[in-house]
Amino acid sequence: MAAAALLRRLPAARAPATAFMAARPISDSTATLTIETSIPFTAHLVDPPSRDVTTTPAELMTFFRDMSLMRRMEIAADSLYKAKLIRGFCHLYDGQEAVAVGMEAAITRSDSIITAYRDHCTYLARGGDLVSAFAELMGREGGCSRGKGGSMHFYKKDANFYGGHGIVGAQGQLFEALNISALWKLPAILVCENNHYGMGTAEWRAAKSPAYYKRGDYVPGLKVDGMDVLAVKQACKFAKDHAVANGPIVLEMDTYRYHGHSMSDPGSTYRTRDEISGVRQERDPIERVRKLIYAHDLATAAELKDMEKEIRKDVDAAIAKAKEISMPDTSELFTNVYKKGYGVESFGPDRKEMRATLP
Amino acid sequence: MAAAASSSCTLRGVGAVASAKPRSAAAPAARSARVAAAAKGPARGRLVARNAVAVTPRRMRRPRRLDPSQAALREGLIEEMKSDPTVCVMGEDVGHYGGSYKVTKGLAEMFGDLRVLDTPIAENSFTGMGIGAAMKGLRPIVEGMNMGFLLLAYNQISNNCGMLHYTSGGQFKIPVVIRGPGGVGRQLGAEHSQRLESYFQSIPGLQMVACSTPYNAKGLMKAAIRSENPVVLFEHVLLYNLKEKIPDEEYICCLEVAEMVRPGEHVTILTYSRMRYHVMQAAKTLVNKGYDPEVIDIRSLKPFDLHTIGNSIKKTHRVLIVEECMRTGGIGASLRSAIIDNFWDYLDAPIMCLSSQDVPTPYAGTLEDATVVQPAQIVAAVEQICQ
Repeated sequence: MAAAALLRRLPAARAPATAFMAARPISDSTATLTIETSIPFTAHLVDPPSRDVTTTPAELMTFFRDMSLMRRMEIAADSLYKAKLIRGFCHLYDGQEAVAVGMEAAITRSDSIITAYRDHCTYLARGGDLVSAFAELMGREGGCSRGKGGSMHFYKKDANFYGGHGIVGAQGQLFEALNISALWKLPAILVCENNHYGMGTAEWRAAKSPAYYKRGDYVPGLKVDGMDVLAVKQACKFAKDHAVANGPIVLEMDTYRYHGHSMSDPGSTYRTRDEISGVRQERDPIERVRKLIYAHDLATAAELKDMEKEIRKDVDAAIAKAKEISMPDTSELFTNVYKKGYGVESFGPDRKEMRATLP
Repeated sequence: MAAAASSSCTLRGVGAVASAKPRSAAAPAARSARVAAAAKGPARGRLVARNAVAVTPRRMRRPRRLDPSQAALREGLIEEMKSDPTVCVMGEDVGHYGGSYKVTKGLAEMFGDLRVLDTPIAENSFTGMGIGAAMKGLRPIVEGMNMGFLLLAYNQISNNCGMLHYTSGGQFKIPVVIRGPGGVGRQLGAEHSQRLESYFQSIPGLQMVACSTPYNAKGLMKAAIRSENPVVLFEHVLLYNLKEKIPDEEYICCLEVAEMVRPGEHVTILTYSRMRYHVMQAAKTLVNKGYDPEVIDIRSLKPFDLHTIGNSIKKTHRVLIVEECMRTGGIGASLRSAIIDNFWDYLDAPIMCLSSQDVPTPYAGTLEDATVVQPAQIVAAVEQICQ
């Protein structure tokens, strides 16, 4: 610790960015830290995990970095949308970063994730890179779905990320999923990112019971402060252990989105600006981690600011790179409709004649 | 008497641009000139005399406003809801939010939360609810925020909406209107660019219409609401802000009738919804090249208006169908079939059908443009047919 304190009194390195990051001994520390979550967990049909979360300085710095990167990416996407480089529907995740980041800290890449249309940050958390993300948003062939999916259709097979889906919501399907997974004791974790609004409708107007963690009925559930990345990590670790042993569990992440439902929604016709700024002030996930970093002396304000500046540069560089990637060629229109090329062959009853290519 | 002065419907407080103001600060409920004149004071929820008039001199001096389609649809809704208390609207964000495309903006303030019902995100359930309500005597309008979402309610639409009148031996009628925006928009992605008319067309018992202009949007909306049959009204995501002057007087468009857009002699071009505009754009080029296309907006997708279509074919002997559906199993495929069955003897050339490609709509702009029919392709097709 003394050596670390000494290093901090030296002037900031003038080395290039990557070298600068590598020369930060504090970030690499794996000494255990135990931090209390903001609020205790509320549980349904199960004993909640402890409020004390074990983490390390390195992990906290990673949390800060990852969430700041996600925040920066979403804000950049906002500007790109307004500049008409991103078109169609664009649902931004800023405010909810703690859920994506905390979840990844508790699971591995061989665990699968599937989500809805607010998927940019989930993609990033699963190991997606910025250039592919921006290229996809701008419809370029270097995008993660080759420009053919768009904002709502990010996937990453090698990281077991199953997307990225546009049409959601069917409540009947939720109950079907709960029933089947409970019946067969499937290791499924059903996460509700409760940002309190279904586009323009507040949750109290759309749901009889706002206690989504209890909605599983016979399936246990946990309510988590989704703006506290450590709480999310603890809950997900608990949930994974539970699911593997006992079957499905519901996690309700109490979170918030600063933007409207999508870029077409101003986000202020159904909630007040005071509410939004209030949450930003009291519960912002990045600010919470920043305060923890200060409290445990892991970095100074200047260092964090430098980190954020570097992130901003990275994001801008990624956008510039993505802009240079070309649009998909028109022949791409017909690729990936079927596995074996565009036309699928059909045979006659004896499988020898009547070969026709179906459109 | 409806004054001859203003032929445009002025809807104040309602614009094509979504308001960023909080709802409470929004302008009061939209009223047409004649309704506002007759109301004279807070008219919330009050039934207003239908043919009220009074266009003041000041209003005549106001610059003429053109109605966007979503305002025309809204006007049709308001008129029907005012005259018939059993008409109600249900869907996601239709009430307090005013509708994701602003078609139901202001209606909740006018008619209350029960008649303009904000449902949870559960298409299968609230479509079923609408059908049940129709069986009980109401006339619900079920809004799918995007037509694609109604796929989650396919069971309800096919099995209940379409079949119940038949399987009950005529006891129950389902006067429901299922409406929403569909079609290929501006890079909305595959799931939000679907053309459900091709999936629904086989359902017996269902009637389908597609509006394309503010005029026929309002007319078809009113007709659909008044119809005793379940009607699916296909709106298009890109046509909500098209503007047109529509009559002050009350009018209805017949559900089963096609619209003659441009009479001509050389070739019959059958189209509907957004492709109408691509066809008309191509028509300009064609006229410059010396062709005289007859353009018909078929409007009624099920059943086809074979009377209008047939008369046109008997005149021109050549048919081009331009649609946004996919080639396989689209409206064009059925229409072609119907024309061959009925008007084979009048055809001088094979029927050509231009449709969208059989691919999920890609997000990239260039690919999306290649998915749908473009005016240049229409011009080339007419030249080929008229050889």
